[in-house]
Amino acid sequence: MSVFYFVAFLSIFFALMTIFAKSPVHSVLYLVITFFTFTVHYILLNAQFLAIVNFIVYMGAIMVLFLFVLMLLNLNKDTEPLKSNLVKVMGVIAGLCLLVTLAGSFRVLEVTGPDAVGNTEIGLVGNLGKVLFSEFLLPFEISSILLLTAMVGAVLLAKNDPKNA
Amino acid sequence: MESALLLEKTILVVVVFAITLFIAMYSTLVERKVAGFMQARFGPDRAGPFGLLQPLADGGKFFFKEEIIPAGAHKALFIAGPTIAMFTACISSAVIPWGQELTIGEKVFTLQVADINVGVLYIFGVVALGVYGIMIGGWASNNKYALMGAVRAASQSISYEIGMGLSLIALLMITGTLSLKEIVAQQEGFVNWNIWVQPLGFLIFLVCAFAECNRVPFDLAECETELIGGYNVEYSSMKLAFYMFAEYINMFVSSSLMAALYFGGYNFPFMYDLGLSQNWITIIGVLVFFAKILAFIFFFMWIRWTVPRFRYDQLMRLGWKILIPLAVANIVLTGIATIVKDTYF
Amino acid sequence: MNFWERMYLPAIVRGLGITIKYFFQPKATYKYPEVQRPYSKNFRGQHSLKRDEEGRERCTACGLCALSCPAEAITMISAERQKGEENLYREEKYAAVYEINMLRCIFCGLCEEACPKEAIFLDGSHVPPEQLRKDFIYGKDKLVEPRFDYKKEQKTIA
Repeated sequence: MSVFYFVAFLSIFFALMTIFAKSPVHSVLYLVITFFTFTVHYILLNAQFLAIVNFIVYMGAIMVLFLFVLMLLNLNKDTEPLKSNLVKVMGVIAGLCLLVTLAGSFRVLEVTGPDAVGNTEIGLVGNLGKVLFSEFLLPFEISSILLLTAMVGAVLLAKNDPKNA
Repeated sequence: MESALLLEKTILVVVVFAITLFIAMYSTLVERKVAGFMQARFGPDRAGPFGLLQPLADGGKFFFKEEIIPAGAHKALFIAGPTIAMFTACISSAVIPWGQELTIGEKVFTLQVADINVGVLYIFGVVALGVYGIMIGGWASNNKYALMGAVRAASQSISYEIGMGLSLIALLMITGTLSLKEIVAQQEGFVNWNIWVQPLGFLIFLVCAFAECNRVPFDLAECETELIGGYNVEYSSMKLAFYMFAEYINMFVSSSLMAALYFGGYNFPFMYDLGLSQNWITIIGVLVFFAKILAFIFFFMWIRWTVPRFRYDQLMRLGWKILIPLAVANIVLTGIATIVKDTYF
Repeated sequence: MNFWERMYLPAIVRGLGITIKYFFQPKATYKYPEVQRPYSKNFRGQHSLKRDEEGRERCTACGLCALSCPAEAITMISAERQKGEENLYREEKYAAVYEINMLRCIFCGLCEEACPKEAIFLDGSHVPPEQLRKDFIYGKDKLVEPRFDYKKEQKTIA
């Protein structure tokens, strides 16, 4: 349990560092460390597959891409213009909405003891695969279609317009 | 019991670590020797007999070189770069099964540091992490060439990780497990090696492994002709050596991974027909495994001194337009073959 | 390019074949201090001024070598042979100073061909490196071949 609190403290600490870091590259690097602490959380939960996928996909691919884009754009200087008041107000509203949603979800959450987790082996690859491809097949496939849509959209955006070219 | 296991694993870790470093150290010599031999010359042969002390001389030189940290560099990240590169390279060998069990007296020793459920993915993740060392180092150097090298390394590693992952999926469809120990145990003898059922997958994996290790013909991140050395231009002394060492350790690990996944790991032909005791089979198996690894390392070098470097657009086209579709086709073919085999045979 | 060529793999395999062939071929390297590469028969190295059978300098300071030299590397000052010097110089005129600037010399061998007395030959090895330019101007001390008693040597051989 003490390990959990330590890692949780690290997660929150580095998440805060992500927000407060001045340089965008530092911010991304702190985010990488934050994701690493999440991986440790998954391992503590005996969810090996989730841990390693988080490791590969978020740390190994997505954050590398973030870093790649930041390095390519070279956002080192404070070139970012100050946000207008309207944007700030909208940001506050959006943040409050998220807070309300989180609070609402906490309200319906039932408190369960550690023994309430039925099967501790559920996080291993084999079990996870069986569950995903039987019980949760529809959501699984729908989420894959969602990803496909995003991919097609990205390709469409990146492609030159034949009229302009 | 618990402390005995801890001691056993610690010894194994130290031994594996020592062997890894030793092989990485001598890879530098072998690289130069192979280069020499393929160009009809001898390579370094002055330090000790056949130049065998050359790595020690190089190491000593690296230690005593002046340490330069550029004035414009980000100091902490500049140091973190090679550290991460070396660290990720070293931890990736933890899940590789070096051999079968060794029985001494009553006790049974497993020659694998950690048999985790998702061994293949673990290596995959650690390799994916390795690119941070290059990226952070290149960015922190505050040098345009280094930054270009870092950016190239990042996009290259992401592109080839996809092909590598897809080629692995076809293999995992056959083995049905992600544990490296079980994958190797399935390939008993000679005819059960995965290379016979997954030749295309192996080819894709091989090409992607070259790209992930930043080896010629895919060493665009340190391309001398365009980037005067790429991400490590500003590095000197032992930090530069760490980058190079990390490259050789990565080469060693990917060689052992290829040997374990496709070439049967410690399995060798007629291993149970010779009437040997289990311990002897294990010992010979470990030697066979290392022979396979060394053969792959030689192959890495052989390719390096044969194939010229790709252009960057060619690299990207190969990764996205050839290897990934091929890997997907390989998955489909493997799936069909599995169904046909299960239904009719 | 047809499909087979576009696959690129056969080309790589052929390349691998070539490199591995060289891997096992004998190496062209000479391991220098232990093994020395034999010189060609018509190699032209450092000059030497020859002596005749009795150990006398053959050069008569006619200046033909300096005249023929395309790089103008040779300078000489002649002198007349005095009485009692017949065992030193073969002709009545000899070179008191004979200098070759080794930085100018192109080792073409024209001096060798121009010499009527067979006094100069480019039969030495390489000119060794020096720190200063003036050290490359070789005088008679470096050019004239060492004296040896030709008759005595004949006797020992016989």
